Amino acid sequence: MADFNRGNRPLSPHLQVYRPQITSVSSILTRVTGNALIVAAVLIVWWFLAAATGPEAFDRANWVLTSWVGDIVMTLSVWGLWYHTLAGIRHVIWDAGRGLELGIAQAMGWGIIGGSAVLTLLTVIVV
Amino acid sequence: MVELTLPKNSVIRTGKTWPQPQGATNVREFRIYRWDPDTGENPRVDTYFVDLDTCGPMVLDALIKIKNEIDPTLTFRRSCREGICGSCAMNIDGINTLACTYGMDEIKGPVKIYPLPHMPVVKDLVPDLTHFYAQHASVMPWLETSTNEPAKEWRQSPEDRKKLDGLYECIMCASCSTSCPSYWWNGDKYLGPAALLHAYRWIIDSRDEATGERLDQLEDPFKLYRCHTIMNCTKTCPKGLNPAKAIASIKKMMVERAI
Repeated sequence: MADFNRGNRPLSPHLQVYRPQITSVSSILTRVTGNALIVAAVLIVWWFLAAATGPEAFDRANWVLTSWVGDIVMTLSVWGLWYHTLAGIRHVIWDAGRGLELGIAQAMGWGIIGGSAVLTLLTVIVV
Repeated sequence: MVELTLPKNSVIRTGKTWPQPQGATNVREFRIYRWDPDTGENPRVDTYFVDLDTCGPMVLDALIKIKNEIDPTLTFRRSCREGICGSCAMNIDGINTLACTYGMDEIKGPVKIYPLPHMPVVKDLVPDLTHFYAQHASVMPWLETSTNEPAKEWRQSPEDRKKLDGLYECIMCASCSTSCPSYWWNGDKYLGPAALLHAYRWIIDSRDEATGERLDQLEDPFKLYRCHTIMNCTKTCPKGLNPAKAIASIKKMMVERAI
């Protein structure tokens, strides 16, 4: 802010007091899942690299990724991937100038949260 | 810059609890942000109790009652008390709205009141809106023409006039811009929903002859494109307008003129 420090003025509270909205929560989740997917991608690259290096390296990587911790990370990554995909589709719809009415935007917010959960469940069952 | 926590001088302390009204049966608790520039102390939250049986129904009625009867030092802006001047915009019960049109019956539990979020505080509930107004002025919120002035007036068809509905009603209360996380983190460069809604109001005005220049001016990584469609603006607008849609319309026009 231009005159931010005039008279040592305090900054009014923001995140501390603002009530979360479905649109803001689904927006920040898009960014969170996007960043988390980078970590997931690194893990998968590690798995491939290990497979190319040799049986011992692969055993080590495979053991970590198929352990229960690995299962949780991978299942969450699947959810992240579905969520980020659906949120991306929502952004395309918005960029086309559609779905920007408050009711529709909020419904799409719940839709991508519910939809990603269902798709994750299906993926885990099928794969 | 994203800074999730408050600076040291802005951290809120527990304040004073003012006495309850005598003999009142219908009492409502208010927790109100206070900051006095003269003491140099950190902001605090004071607790007040208001007898609703002798008070009007709106949050502003209670604020005026507190100022008149309990604590005359409580400072806030207000003027029209009917949702048209935009002076009494503040953060009430976690959302930005006008104290004069927000009913206390819409709030559960104690009524928590803060100044508009992420703004420099002048005193108590009064934020410094200098930068916000400067951003509004920067979008040239007036009719720009280059052709000769007509003899009577700049005429507009009813269809073209209709395009301004949902835009011209904005009262510049700053509720939307100060609800926007993008504006919180990049308010120095991002114009924010209010200024952009006004920009769009003039961009699509059929009488305006500076549409290209207006779009040129917004073609910037920060001014326009910091909007990530978080939609806190539309959700909170006390006039029921849709700044997010106006911003999306500008983005769309940018693409359309580029291809």
